[in-house]
Amino acid sequence: MTTRKPQRHGSGTLVAGLSRRTLTNVLIALILIIEIYPLFWIFTSSFKDQDDFTTKPLWSMPEHWNFSNYVTAWVTGDIGTTARNSLIVTLVSMVVILLIGSAAAFALEVMIWRGRSSILMFVIGGLMVPTQLILLPLFTIYFKLGLTNSLIPLIITYIGQGLPLTVFLMATYFRAVPRELFEAAALDGAGIFRCFFSVGLPLVRNGIFTLGMLLFFSIWNDLLVALTFNAKPSLATIQVGLLNFSGQYGEVALGPLLAAISIIIFAMLIVYALINQRVMRGITAGSVKG
Amino acid sequence: MRHILSNRRAVVIFLAPALVVYIGVIVVPVVWSLVYSFFQGSPALGFQFAGLSNYRHLWTDPTVRQTLLFTIKYAVVLLACQIVFGYLLALFYMFVLRRSSTLVRTLVFFPVVLPPVAVALLFNQLFAIAPQVGPVNSVLHLVGIGPVDWFATGTGAFAVIICMDLWRSAGFYAVLLYAGLLDIPGEVIESARVDGAGGLQLVRRIVMPLSKPIVIASIIFGINADLKVFDSILALNNGGPGTETTPLNLYMFQTAFLYNDYGYGAAIAMLITVLCLLGTVLVFRSSRRRVGKA
Repeated sequence: MTTRKPQRHGSGTLVAGLSRRTLTNVLIALILIIEIYPLFWIFTSSFKDQDDFTTKPLWSMPEHWNFSNYVTAWVTGDIGTTARNSLIVTLVSMVVILLIGSAAAFALEVMIWRGRSSILMFVIGGLMVPTQLILLPLFTIYFKLGLTNSLIPLIITYIGQGLPLTVFLMATYFRAVPRELFEAAALDGAGIFRCFFSVGLPLVRNGIFTLGMLLFFSIWNDLLVALTFNAKPSLATIQVGLLNFSGQYGEVALGPLLAAISIIIFAMLIVYALINQRVMRGITAGSVKG
Repeated sequence: MRHILSNRRAVVIFLAPALVVYIGVIVVPVVWSLVYSFFQGSPALGFQFAGLSNYRHLWTDPTVRQTLLFTIKYAVVLLACQIVFGYLLALFYMFVLRRSSTLVRTLVFFPVVLPPVAVALLFNQLFAIAPQVGPVNSVLHLVGIGPVDWFATGTGAFAVIICMDLWRSAGFYAVLLYAGLLDIPGEVIESARVDGAGGLQLVRRIVMPLSKPIVIASIIFGINADLKVFDSILALNNGGPGTETTPLNLYMFQTAFLYNDYGYGAAIAMLITVLCLLGTVLVFRSSRRRVGKA
């Protein structure tokens, strides 16, 4: 974000300035309450036991901070397993997409050969394909290939889905790199692979980081693909696990459900707190260009 | 050195993996889906050629009509809210908070990275009436409105859905539009101020016309995202009561995997694709025309 000098307002009196500041503060408070209270509520409620829910007013703090909801959620909801599945699927897909996507973008944008711009258009056209359109045939393919009993269908599908945007954005980033750099490297005796790995990739590392984040959140948070190809509970991703968990316990034990939601929300909060400025830039960059 | 950058073998090695996966996962299934839409059945039950009957069914199926209308209503209402609230927040960041907006921006953006499933389950509890009365109904009780069973009526559920998805995405549109506002040259705003434009007038005459490209970009992105709604509604109330808040996407999913009718599911998927394309084209054309007039 660029910073700019604070702009001056017309000369107001002290009173006008004060009421203006009050109004601003009220607005900020309102925005923050709307954003934060739901999260605060679920966090405190996740420590309550069944008695607290039925007998105490809703905004009362939990009587004692009991962690049994968390234990129940972790054990019966199998959050450990689903989180591991999600992590495997997300990281593997992300790394493969970034590697083959930027290699393809390099071939299409930096290298010189006939027909490269039409192939680039052909790949970018994939941005218009909604997931629903490819799900049913993919299900048949994975079924016929006997892959349905593994995480592979998820990984392959996410890779295919992430490629159009990745190739498109990486091509834009490579376009910004002066071609002379590659030519100079080639002149110094670098082969094409060194041109890619030692010259190209380091120069677009900001773009790779941005895209990596975009891919991480979109794959980690996905439900449609994960639910379609989910064969059994031990292969569920964290979103599918959470959904099943609420179906199983929605009526009975509120505490563990709230604890499960809290675990997932606060895990994301930690990730977000570490890299939030880049997250904002990255996620919005993907949408305007795409 | 030219020859190094046009090394054919290297082009193949760089391009082949991505192209193979792309064709296998996107291109082939798209064509295959088109073929499916002329058949009836599923991989487990086998397929029979059905001609145009899936498309004829699409035309007469009352559930398709209902879910299609719901999808459009949802997308239009939500998009309007997203752009209006996003724009107001962006103006707030830009002209009121100015340099100190980072913290507020960061907090308001946070729900964007949350899984829609988790947010939906959270909102389900916020608006709940049973087994425990949720915060929203408790607040309503304070001002004397009896507990509302939000999920019992289509209207109530729709209201919760819009609140939920707006809460989840407002920060995103705010940052997107804020980035657009930052691109307006400071001198333009400064000179308008010198000429005596202040407050609302400045926003209406200077800021809004100049930020039009980013607003159009947000609308195009938004319409595509909103027409594809699936996970948040599935996790919130599964499209209930009945199919009153079921979007096309969810209906397609149920048709294919609950009722095992892949052919009809593929036909619905075609409808979704056409809808997204139409939405994009519509926004594109109307924005062009208005730019042409101005």
